[in-house]
Amino acid sequence: MSLLDYFRASKPTSAAIAKERLQILVAHERSSRSQLSYLPKLKQELLAVIQKYFNVDEKSVSVNLEQDDDRETLELNIVLPDDELTK
Amino acid sequence: MARIIVVTSGKGGVGKTTTSAAIAMGLALKGFKTAVIDFDVGLRNLDLIMGCERRVVYDFINVINGEATLNQALIKDKRCDKLYILPASQTRDKDALTKDGVEKVLTELKRDFEYILCDSPAGIERGANFAMYFADDAFVVTNPEVASVRDSDRMLGILASKSQRAETGQEPIKEFLLLSRYSPSRVKDGGMLSVDDVKEILSLPLLGVIPESKSVLEASNAGVPVILDEKSNAGAAYKDIVDRYLGEEVPHRFIKVKRGLFSGLFRSK
Repeated sequence: MSLLDYFRASKPTSAAIAKERLQILVAHERSSRSQLSYLPKLKQELLAVIQKYFNVDEKSVSVNLEQDDDRETLELNIVLPDDELTK
Repeated sequence: MARIIVVTSGKGGVGKTTTSAAIAMGLALKGFKTAVIDFDVGLRNLDLIMGCERRVVYDFINVINGEATLNQALIKDKRCDKLYILPASQTRDKDALTKDGVEKVLTELKRDFEYILCDSPAGIERGANFAMYFADDAFVVTNPEVASVRDSDRMLGILASKSQRAETGQEPIKEFLLLSRYSPSRVKDGGMLSVDDVKEILSLPLLGVIPESKSVLEASNAGVPVILDEKSNAGAAYKDIVDRYLGEEVPHRFIKVKRGLFSGLFRSK
């Protein structure tokens, strides 16, 4: 590594900028892609299972997938009808 | 059992047809009976790259519509008798391509051939969708450039969700990265994404790097698949790719700058 390279190191190369931009973009596009593909079906199937045991409609079940840097959280929220607890 | 390979990229102009022609020729030279199909209805070019443009009588759409038999439409390559080309229609509307029609032709080809290459058009419309729908393997041709990498990633999403294998819950399509128009010296100077960068972004196994080479244009000028150019780096790269695809262990080449005798002395940067 020459002295010139040492000074150059402070400024990222255009390839490094391209890589960073692509990594952010691809991660974003992949997350929206995967949510679109299986989340609605997952919600439907979960609802079908829940409906076997409780009398609930689609509005009382919410499914949410949240994505952080290193983990994904699947949040499932079911509002049970009051009279159902005695069933 | 025949294997169907789609050569795809999303973006245009990255080297799909060059790759289809080279790899089809490579597989045929290895002794496998190989067919290569042009899916770019209305903008066919595989015939030109293969050098058989004046021998086209019937095409893919004629076969789908029952206006010709598959044997009438297939063009036998003059350099290798294991290789056959099925040209796209130049005059028909691209809606002439139907899923049932494509399936019928592929099923018939599978009886007779060992490898079937589907040269996909650019974009993510009809032709591109049908080219990849029945595939077993996908060769994703990518240039080390932001638009091409992004489009390849988009294509990977489609391969994973809209193919027959995905829709029927079979083992997914095997995807391979073919990085073309690569220039090791520009990578070294920081002006081009490196092979590791692209591998990392797309998380794909690398089947091979094809260096930027003037022999690619020269080969297309002459209508000769570049793999037949013994002296060219690009031709050698495609040979390696065929060997690797067939399971041989071949070290990757054309990734690093070759050090000349004097390069060490005169290196200015």
